[in-house]
Amino acid sequence: MSSASTWPERPAGTDRPEGAYPAAFAGVAPTDLAFAQQPAGYRDVAVHQHPVIGSAPATGYPAEPGYSGYPADPGDATGRTRPAEPARPPRRPAGRLKLFLASWALVFLVIPAWVGFSLLVTSVASAIAWVGLFLWLGTAGVLRGVSGAHRKIAGCILGEKITTSYRKGGSGVFGRLRVVLTDPARWRDVAFMFYAISLGFAISLSALIAFFIFPIGYWLSPLLLRLQAVTTRTLVGPSGEAALQQRIGQLEESRSESVDHSAAELRRIERDLHDGAQAQLVALGMNLGLAEDLVTRDPKAAAALIADARTSSRTALAELRSLVRGIHPPVLADRGLTGGIEALALAHPRPVEVDVQLAGRPPAPVESAVYFAVAEALTNSAKYSSAQTTWIWLRHDGTVLTALVGDDGVGNARITPGGGLAGLERRLAAFDGTLSLASPSGGPTIVTITVPCALTS
Amino acid sequence: MRVVLAEDLALLRDGLIRLLSAYDFEVVEAVDNGPSLLRALTTHRPDVAVVDVRLPPTFTDEGLRAALAAREQIPGLPVLVLSQYVEQLYARELLSQGTGGVGYLLKDRVSDVAQFVDAIKRVAAGGTAMDPEVISQLLTRHRDSSPVASLTPREREVLGHMAEGRSNAAIAAAMFITEKAVGKHTNSIFIKLGLEQSEDDNRRVLAVLAYLESSPAH
Repeated sequence: MSSASTWPERPAGTDRPEGAYPAAFAGVAPTDLAFAQQPAGYRDVAVHQHPVIGSAPATGYPAEPGYSGYPADPGDATGRTRPAEPARPPRRPAGRLKLFLASWALVFLVIPAWVGFSLLVTSVASAIAWVGLFLWLGTAGVLRGVSGAHRKIAGCILGEKITTSYRKGGSGVFGRLRVVLTDPARWRDVAFMFYAISLGFAISLSALIAFFIFPIGYWLSPLLLRLQAVTTRTLVGPSGEAALQQRIGQLEESRSESVDHSAAELRRIERDLHDGAQAQLVALGMNLGLAEDLVTRDPKAAAALIADARTSSRTALAELRSLVRGIHPPVLADRGLTGGIEALALAHPRPVEVDVQLAGRPPAPVESAVYFAVAEALTNSAKYSSAQTTWIWLRHDGTVLTALVGDDGVGNARITPGGGLAGLERRLAAFDGTLSLASPSGGPTIVTITVPCALTS
Repeated sequence: MRVVLAEDLALLRDGLIRLLSAYDFEVVEAVDNGPSLLRALTTHRPDVAVVDVRLPPTFTDEGLRAALAAREQIPGLPVLVLSQYVEQLYARELLSQGTGGVGYLLKDRVSDVAQFVDAIKRVAAGGTAMDPEVISQLLTRHRDSSPVASLTPREREVLGHMAEGRSNAAIAAAMFITEKAVGKHTNSIFIKLGLEQSEDDNRRVLAVLAYLESSPAH
């Protein structure tokens, strides 16, 4: 299978001449940047760019399940880590048939809007008798339904998802009433209802009528409907507060993940020290103590014990070294990301082309996260891809650091929940960074790592 | 033999001074930071320098940089670099000047005193002393697609020892075989790798290291 046929969006192959990375990368960049704000959306797009990614592996990796990053199970072939988000095709603005249907729907939506209006008038009028306050709860529900339906249709017309968020909570009728009365989103619903029964209705109706008047309807109706959709988005689309709330949700999630991650890391380090270096040092002390005891009575045995002690000290040092490498590789501290990646490439069992250009140094935690992500990608490539060449490309465009790790191997790589790449994805998420994988069956495999950050010289 | 020593941890510095003095080295100056190291190397011009990679003020690869800078000024100045970890990147930088008189060893190797002293002497004499860990990393790069794969296990072992910088006599002693047998193995290795034989031990080692450093052929 040639890479061109499996992967039409990108120029063929990974056997790139010098300077070809940006071209291969060009198809990815805009979505990558969008991903910095909306992780879920990007992953959906990435999946749909590569139709082959979902197909069952025909050849390639041996069918033994469970090795990290490359499951044999074709059922988990979406390359995604959060199954809760359903895959959605990229939205496109609606065509004329859809617009025609939308205009009908918009016109008929005036009925529930009028219902809402009547309820509103009734509840205001009877507010004095307390009943109105409770009626207000029902009114708010109807109004929310109306603006919700308008949001859906407007989203369909514009080809995007229009969301807003209402305040939740409030126990008991009065608690609920307080929340509903103080939620700005509810009041926007009220304002929108007035628009929907007046100007909004007029625009929708004109659009519907214009459809039947050839030829002006051909261009006038879509124009009117788009106007209507944009107005809807402005009136009841996401508010600044809603966007903030979404962001808070994201931050809460990534924070709790990074807290979990560092707690798990500390536990691992503690265990490694306890079973490794610490135990070796205990043995060493024991041997030296015995040797001290024996040195006059049996110098030969003492010498043997001292030799044992030396071996223990070497093993302990080796274990500490590998532990330190796992925490913060010394070469990264010495030489930064550029030197660290160079060192990774040198230690790789196969040739690695390195193209890293950085004008300064990213913040230390970003350096470390990117370093480990690149290291994991390289390890996976060496273990499973049977690639002949592997390459690393890294740039900083002023706002976002992007690293690509690619190989010309057999492809079919997956991010498995709980695997190494998924862990690094979580770690990167703490910096609003992302890790995504494109690996169609037959290759090539490209791991894309992006982290928004600033460089210091 | 005059030695300049650079090590920032007092405990290790004192230990090394004691060890070196016991083997009749004269420690002309022991420094604990990068800038003083460069000054000490250029003023004393010692027979050999023993240098820790990580030194103040930056606590990064200050020692290595100072050693490389000193070798720029005094070509061939023998330097033995010690480190808590070995990094192929640094081995390559030390070797890239193309002359001998360099060593790169894990600090743990100090515990094998005889071998450590032997390594210092070798470096002082213009030879090389590469840590077995550097060599084993280099060898894994030549695992399946390079002529190195066509060597017999015995020849690979000899190649490893040779790349560390040992002489035929030392290799023979380490492998419990005769020097003549080592000679036979080295001949065969040079033919299989297509390298030119050289009478000079140092040049032989550098040729082997340069070969292993290069990317394996496909």
